[in-house]
Amino acid sequence: MNYEVIVVGGGHAGCEAAVASSRKGHKTLLVTGSINNIATMPCNPSIGGSAKGIIVREIDALGGVMGEVADKTLIQMKMLNYAKGPAVKSLRAQADKITYPKEMLKLLNEEKNLTIKEAMVEDLIVKDNTVYGVVLDNEEKITSNIVILTTGTYLKSDILIGNTRTRSGPHNEKPSMHLSDNLKKYGFKILRLKTGTPPRIDRSTIDFTKTKREDGDKKYYTFSHTNPPVYNIDNQQPCYLIYTTEETKKIIKENLNKSSMYGGLDDITGVGPRYCPSIEDKMVRFSDKEKHQLFLEPESLYYDDIYLQGFSTSMPKEVQEKMVHSLPGLENAKILRYAYAIEYDAIYPTQVKPNLETKVLNNLFTAGQINGTSGYEEAACQGLIAGINAALKLEGQEPLILKRNEAYIGVLIDDLVTKGTREPYRMLTSRAEYRLLLRHDNSDLRLREYGHKVGLINGEKYSKFIEKKNNIEELIRKIKETKIIVDNEKRRIGTTVYEYLKNPSTNLQNIIETYNLDLKYNDEVIEEVEIQIKYEGYIKKIEREAEKMLKNEEKQIPEDIDYDKVPNLASEARQKLKEVRPLNIAQAIRISGVNPSDISILLIYLRKHYNE
Amino acid sequence: MEDTIAAISTTTGVGAISIIRISGSDALEIVNKVFTKDLTKVKTHTINYGFIKNKEEKIDEVLVSVMKAPKTFTCEDVVEINCHGGIATTNKVLEVLLENGARLAEPGEFTKRAFLNGRIDLLEAEATMDLISSKAESARKISINTLTGETSNLIKKLRSELIAIISNIEVNIDYPEYEDIEVLTNDSILPNVIEFKTKLEEIIKKSEDSKVIKEGIKVGIIGRPNVGKSSLLNSLIEEEKAIVTDIPGTTRDIVEGNLILDGITLNIIDTAGIRQTNDRVEQIGVERSLKIIDTSDLVIYILNNNEKITYEEKELLEKIKDKKKIIVVNKIDLENKLDKSLLDNYIEISVKENIGINKIKEEIKRLFNIGEITSNDMTYLSNARSISLLKKSLNNINESIDEIKNSSPIDIVELNLKEAWNNLGEVIGETYTDELLDELFSRFCLGK
Repeated sequence: MNYEVIVVGGGHAGCEAAVASSRKGHKTLLVTGSINNIATMPCNPSIGGSAKGIIVREIDALGGVMGEVADKTLIQMKMLNYAKGPAVKSLRAQADKITYPKEMLKLLNEEKNLTIKEAMVEDLIVKDNTVYGVVLDNEEKITSNIVILTTGTYLKSDILIGNTRTRSGPHNEKPSMHLSDNLKKYGFKILRLKTGTPPRIDRSTIDFTKTKREDGDKKYYTFSHTNPPVYNIDNQQPCYLIYTTEETKKIIKENLNKSSMYGGLDDITGVGPRYCPSIEDKMVRFSDKEKHQLFLEPESLYYDDIYLQGFSTSMPKEVQEKMVHSLPGLENAKILRYAYAIEYDAIYPTQVKPNLETKVLNNLFTAGQINGTSGYEEAACQGLIAGINAALKLEGQEPLILKRNEAYIGVLIDDLVTKGTREPYRMLTSRAEYRLLLRHDNSDLRLREYGHKVGLINGEKYSKFIEKKNNIEELIRKIKETKIIVDNEKRRIGTTVYEYLKNPSTNLQNIIETYNLDLKYNDEVIEEVEIQIKYEGYIKKIEREAEKMLKNEEKQIPEDIDYDKVPNLASEARQKLKEVRPLNIAQAIRISGVNPSDISILLIYLRKHYNE
Repeated sequence: MEDTIAAISTTTGVGAISIIRISGSDALEIVNKVFTKDLTKVKTHTINYGFIKNKEEKIDEVLVSVMKAPKTFTCEDVVEINCHGGIATTNKVLEVLLENGARLAEPGEFTKRAFLNGRIDLLEAEATMDLISSKAESARKISINTLTGETSNLIKKLRSELIAIISNIEVNIDYPEYEDIEVLTNDSILPNVIEFKTKLEEIIKKSEDSKVIKEGIKVGIIGRPNVGKSSLLNSLIEEEKAIVTDIPGTTRDIVEGNLILDGITLNIIDTAGIRQTNDRVEQIGVERSLKIIDTSDLVIYILNNNEKITYEEKELLEKIKDKKKIIVVNKIDLENKLDKSLLDNYIEISVKENIGINKIKEEIKRLFNIGEITSNDMTYLSNARSISLLKKSLNNINESIDEIKNSSPIDIVELNLKEAWNNLGEVIGETYTDELLDELFSRFCLGK
């Protein structure tokens, strides 16, 4: 049986990759260890969050599916950072861990070019540095033109609890035993990473009177740019806030050496994320802090597990019992699943090109945790890009490479392939130097056309976008023409609405209502216009900076350049350039260890040897 | 769109006119901000008369050549300012340009641009290109070595204070649900930003006051009449500023000449010959000379190889015992009559035969630790560069204070704070981009 694309792994990256490739008309096979585990959420029960919510919007704008599925299955929705500025607003949904994977599976099953197969992939079919398919654990071979690896935490993964190390995927699933060794054999450099998850608590054993209730927003939001909301704002599930106690601290300190990370195991090589430390890490690193904040988050409407956010640990089970019981409201709590840390293999992402194809093997793409990232959204967006670019390669088209001023997705992939990572990479707004351009509100304006061009955004999705875009232009034109003569306190204004709006204390919706202006547009259009005008000066400034970067993006570096022949490069720069092999000067500038003088030298060399 | 660069393109300190060249897409816009006439309306390849001003203060009367791309040396918009006001004024004009958005050009950068834009061919560019390549390392040093260790530490400290404010804002944005992180509002960051501003202003003042940068080094040349003080001054500054005759006592007034040694200005003062005299006019000169010894940073004491050392000269040797000094024995082309055993450290020269002048320059450099860098002018210019970056940061801070007061969202306020932080980073050559993330993770306790 021959496929055009084989996707290995049915997590968030794999689902997006499989859908993108099959929707683009390519015969696609999704191989997963377990069909029941497709698109599960093995860690936190939420989708979105600061910066991550914008990534989900971007996925939706390009024609991915995470946003739509989250919209259908969310049990709470919040707009984060509402008052902190236009660029940092971001959605977070509590997603139902039962219905989200179900909806995703339903969606995959509806794709006519997509086949799903339950099996473990242990090797690739490789000839002349090119991949031709996969080899399963029963030695069955399946051929394809392109393979996309989205293996998540399943490469040689070990579950760590106290002093026990068990080779296993998350929640006792089967890991891939040999794939990472085989990747090493083909020339990949392998990176060992680590992450963790907190315990799950039986809802009925928690005394919620000792907690602080946190509700969802009383306003409707969707990740989708097209679909209307389907949840009921009055029927959202709350989360609950509690703090660790003196007793918790004492228990952790007394038992510290039993934690896998603090002596329980002496063979830990995996590097964990700094932004996501275990509770014992927090107690050690921030020992002067009296208490730490924890959230109790419902995992689903259909079962009783409560996710104890902020309490990930690799303590032995009996210590976890004591720790949990030291928390307010959880004195008699029953732990349904114990917390654990997990170590897994990934590849050094600098071995991947910006289109997500590997430099080591042709026609092999990688996305998600195998590239060193952490998080469902980070994985999904890479899966989407890998799926799109696999298809574009089959079609003989140029790849879709988003720039740092166009999308968080562009920032993420560029960071990975240019700077690499040593810890699981999570997206943060601080990573985006042009974040004022990468907003929640304009994700469609930034990316819808790309989605349309690659063929994933059509019909209603596209026509609604065009309508919104036209409305925005029309409204801007109108408010440039509309004058406000006097304000409601009879003070003379005499400027256009456009000018008046630049005053920080004004609000377009209020202006329209106060002056009965004949400007009837929906909230989205009004918000977009308001942001564009109110922050015009700042946006233009950032755009100018981005233009400088883009100018350097245009300066391509030939693929065949031999850095050993470029005279006078500093040796660190030479080594980094050889490793990353940047596509253009802008990317070269971003490599740490490559200095401005090295860039000058490189530019001169290029001009000498490749122009006229 | 390349950034816009500026530099003094004539040899500083030589010639009456200095030319500052500005190249890049914002060249016209930047000069226009500080010129008395609207340059956006003038035709390309024209020369325009007016004044360079810093806000309302007129700095220099200038001629400005406007050359729009592509028919220019670099194929970019180029503006050249002909300054008339001497080195200090020219430097001031350059500083104002840097404050208004230009960046100080690296050595050879105009040529580099000309080459990269296809304006000149390889042969023409080769020399400059090799220079850039081989100077790469020293160019890296240039940007960081000119501030004193003390100032550089102050800036590091400032940066860490600023990053603390920024990372507080960032952590509020990236981890919005954390209740135990102090929620920052505009009101709560204002005092911190204002405190920061005060410190920054202090450092700017300090940098500007830095004597070596602002005034240069005061060098007094002393010695008995007719030992060759004026001749030495002339050959040091290579122009005939002091009147040289063979009649003792010709120099009655203190003559100043400027010498730029690796970017540091040496103000050379030629005193009237020190000699017991009854001549009233000359008497005043001698008094002043003795005063000069007290007020100069360096004394060059000239003795005549051809004459025996006098009582007065011995007395003077005693007077300058504890000063930073260079003892010079001139006229070594003539017969030795001077008892050199009285001197422990001296340089032998002959101004007439042009022997040993460079040794004096080398000794000055050694005494004041001027420049490991040999490329001319860079040291001073990088100071101008540092100060302009500090001032840019200050502008950013002022803007952010306005924004805080106008209740702009914190995300917008932060734009200027970050830019200030980046500008400060450039001063000390720190461009480590992950610093902010490191700060975030080390200072705040976050996680799932």
